[in-house]
Amino acid sequence: MVSAYTDVLIFFLVGAAFVALNLTIGRLFRPHNPYPEKLTPYECGEIPVGEGQAPFNIRYYIFALLFVVFDVEVVFLFPWAVVLRELGMYAFVLMVIFLFMLVDGLVYAWKKGVLRWV
Amino acid sequence: MDTVGLVLARSLILAVALASLFAGMTVIERKMLGYFHLRLGPTRTGPWGLLQPVADGIKAIVKEDIIPRDADRLVFRLAPIISVFTALAAWAVIPVGPPVNIGGLTIPLGVADPPGGVLVAVAFAALSVYGVTLAGWASQSKYSLLGSLRASAQLISYELAMGLSLLGVLMLAGSLRLTEIVAAQERLPFILLQPLGFVIYFLAALAESARVPFDLPEAETELVSGYSTEYSGMRFAMFMMAEYIHMITASSLVTLLYLGGWNGPVFLPPVVWFLVKLGFLLFVFIWLRATMVRLRYDRLMDLGWKVLLPLAILNLVATAVITVFVA
Repeated sequence: MVSAYTDVLIFFLVGAAFVALNLTIGRLFRPHNPYPEKLTPYECGEIPVGEGQAPFNIRYYIFALLFVVFDVEVVFLFPWAVVLRELGMYAFVLMVIFLFMLVDGLVYAWKKGVLRWV
Repeated sequence: MDTVGLVLARSLILAVALASLFAGMTVIERKMLGYFHLRLGPTRTGPWGLLQPVADGIKAIVKEDIIPRDADRLVFRLAPIISVFTALAAWAVIPVGPPVNIGGLTIPLGVADPPGGVLVAVAFAALSVYGVTLAGWASQSKYSLLGSLRASAQLISYELAMGLSLLGVLMLAGSLRLTEIVAAQERLPFILLQPLGFVIYFLAALAESARVPFDLPEAETELVSGYSTEYSGMRFAMFMMAEYIHMITASSLVTLLYLGGWNGPVFLPPVVWFLVKLGFLLFVFIWLRATMVRLRYDRLMDLGWKVLLPLAILNLVATAVITVFVA
């Protein structure tokens, strides 16, 4: 094969076909009989109150923001970790400085109470 | 030489094997939970209840497919597809044994072995968040929305600790190729060199596959069924399938990264060693489900951000110091 990633792509196609098969096979057998009551969102059998989009805690958003910051930094660490043994001291010192900023950010968020749920 | 036909054949075998493993896992889990609870589990479908997955499958296929009135129809249909596809896709790079020789042909036991194998596996495991988030968002139902918000926050929190603990293994192995990572563990499995990393990775893997004690996304006592509340029939079954395949993927990755993969004493063939380790980890997953109670949500977030994340950074620095100064 040209590259191992073409093989990965072939498996993706097989996976997509598998998903498509799963979703279409039922079309031949299943009933289709919708009526308004059946189509209401589930709320324990009661008539749904208000909109489906209930207000939610802003915390979820803050954690997502924090995640983006840290995850990007983790992505930078991947190539570094793989070649660290060859690059040795120099790469180690540079990354310790980088890691210090990462930890610093975490400590700051922690002290600010961002990590506190409720 | 590896031809397209051979790759296709391996892909098909793997897809069928995963689907069968999923079906098998559902009945094995129910049986084992039954015995843990001093009851029998499924017994009516076939001998020892073994045909239960067949019955479940037929039921999922013939059930009506309901899309709620207010739902975003496109996204609602897309979400289970994303879930199952991303769960399957990680398997493109996971090998189950060293290449075997059959009639002069060297056949790798895995679909592909690209140089960045770990990255592909981790990336697709991470992408599964989208399936969960979109499912809850598109349903336009309060339970679904709350379930999917919890799920996304949980998954992204534990992913950080997971990625950071994974770095320790990469440092020791010096490669992103899964076969080379396994080869690096020929003498010592990395669990002995990275005990802390292993614990963090295993906990994060539990949380990533939303298993007890981290099964808050579908805390059935409070959120009905979480993000999949509004789903029915095959689409619901697909979320179950994605969840089980994630569990199998997570166990396989732990096996390959920390337990030495298919390395083991010679009295068993390598593939069997891999399956034994995988089976043991899957047993631990079910065992934990029968033993543990669910965490409270704030404790769950605290564990992820205030315990596992700092510990993972500590583990990373310690491993780096040892790699640079000792090795």
